[in-house]
Amino acid sequence: MNKTQLGYLLLLLALVAAPFVGAYPILVIKLLCFALFASAFNLLLGFTGLLSFGHAAFFGGAAYAAGHAMKHWGLTPELGLLFGALAGGALGFLFGLLAIRRQGIYFAMITLALAQMVFFFSLQAPFTGGEDGLQGVPRGKLFGVLDLSNDLTMYYAGLAIIAAAFLLIVRTVHSPFGQVLKAIKENEPRAISLGYDTARFKLLAFVISAAITGLAGALKTEVLGFATLTDVHWLMSGSVILMTLVGGLGTLSGPLVGAAIVVAIENKLGELGNWIASVTGIDWFNSLGESVSLVTGLIFIVCVMAFRRGIMGEIIAFIDRRRGKA
Amino acid sequence: MEIFGRPLPAMLSQLLLGLVNGSFYAILSLGLAVIFGLLNVINFAHGALFMLGAVLAWMGMEYLGVNYWLMLLLSPLIVGALGILIERVFLRHIYKLDHLYGLLLTLGITLVIEGVLRSFYGVSGLPYSPPDALAGATNLGFMVLPNYRAWVVVASLAVCFATWYVIERTKLGAYLRAGTENPRLVEAFGVNVPLMVTLTYGFGVALAAFAGVLAAPVIQVSPLMGQHLIIVVFAVVVIGGMGSIMGSILTGLGLGVIEGFTKVFYPEASSTVVFVIMAIVLVVRPAGLFGKEK
Repeated sequence: MNKTQLGYLLLLLALVAAPFVGAYPILVIKLLCFALFASAFNLLLGFTGLLSFGHAAFFGGAAYAAGHAMKHWGLTPELGLLFGALAGGALGFLFGLLAIRRQGIYFAMITLALAQMVFFFSLQAPFTGGEDGLQGVPRGKLFGVLDLSNDLTMYYAGLAIIAAAFLLIVRTVHSPFGQVLKAIKENEPRAISLGYDTARFKLLAFVISAAITGLAGALKTEVLGFATLTDVHWLMSGSVILMTLVGGLGTLSGPLVGAAIVVAIENKLGELGNWIASVTGIDWFNSLGESVSLVTGLIFIVCVMAFRRGIMGEIIAFIDRRRGKA
Repeated sequence: MEIFGRPLPAMLSQLLLGLVNGSFYAILSLGLAVIFGLLNVINFAHGALFMLGAVLAWMGMEYLGVNYWLMLLLSPLIVGALGILIERVFLRHIYKLDHLYGLLLTLGITLVIEGVLRSFYGVSGLPYSPPDALAGATNLGFMVLPNYRAWVVVASLAVCFATWYVIERTKLGAYLRAGTENPRLVEAFGVNVPLMVTLTYGFGVALAAFAGVLAAPVIQVSPLMGQHLIIVVFAVVVIGGMGSIMGSILTGLGLGVIEGFTKVFYPEASSTVVFVIMAIVLVVRPAGLFGKEK
């Protein structure tokens, strides 16, 4: 076992122990849903070089689909989550078919526009609850036995699902398929000249990423019991880009770190502002909690200008430099 | 009189509204195309700077009593100057990087601009009425024409065609087009390309601010007014392709009109029709209506 694997094992152990050292399990699992979302997104951006600006459509679309299936069709949680992942994947297939017809920056614009279409559909469709969102989704019993309305049971079931999905992403990246994706990222014409049908590889990567994103969205609904327009809004797509960028593009651990930071900022900025205000005595900071978009915007600018490797990217580069010297 | 079971005046007024929206699409997609041509950056901040133009017009009226006509001139100048600052401080340093960083950087700038204005004005609409000279409406017999809307269409088209003329028919425009094709060669001929790039960005965002002032009396002025618009304009750009100035103008206007008619016949789809058309164009003609596949 190498150091990286040891690191992940320690992280997993810490997560298993988290509820017993005072962490609120539902908050942790919500954070992990976003971590999985960011990891799935990074599979596309970091490992295939495709910037999708429409991942909120898969996240939110699956959140609605799974919520509707569990609330109105009475699907059990495992089937509901599966349905959410399938819905995300199917939507990803449609998006991918259209978006891979154009290269580069157009890809981002197309996915953004298609996701905005899904947003308006969610706003108007009868089963999404419009502005109120889809509320009161029951947690149900996993496989008909495990009662998930207990927060701890929900936590461990969710943790198991997320860990499995994360392993799937790691496996994909290290598989021969993942190597082809990397080749496409580095030099697409070369990959084509080697005989790879890059369009099919890109589409498949897109569908896998969308399906795992869908799983994350469905699990979020399962845990919190609701799906709202926030989940399909383009700012959610922006948010997941930020998580990946802050954590480190093209690193496996980066999205986990990035998700933790971005979710913490979105939830705790008000408290942070109050603290700064009490230390510095500047009253303005008390209203910092209302300026989430301002702060995320600043982080975007700093990351792009000076910090493109992200946190984990910098750490990995630092370790590599040390090894090079030694 | 009715056409396809809809009253004619309703059709005509939606057509006009479509042309108004189409004018905004045209000006914004034109600016995006010019900026992308020279800077290789997709300017996500275009929507926010459009909004800033409108909010500045409102602020001028509210705090200083500056009238509409003066703000129609001042607002683009202020936003243009801000654009020059943005280009010099931020964009300049990322031209050599992948396209995606330009998009993410301008997204960050968008969030900052919107965040600052939101912390002052919230998200509700700020009232702004059209200038007295253009208030009211003219009865044309077959329809009642709101004067201000007619002015928006005329003014936008004038600005669009003036831009087209400068870029396609003057020496300055020739430098610009040459810079788009091969900046190094143009620089070797003694043209100050970095300055040209800076001014192009400033001009492009000034256009957006001009559209913003025009929009202030027709669309509710609010810090979020540019958010949805920029996404629609992205779709417009995908449909039209960014290769041609005239293509951007025609695509913008055409889509505005189609959107207007959709409001008459199937209102539920009016907010998504542009995206549906984008999907169809991608299937039928992936390079866009006026685009060249590289």
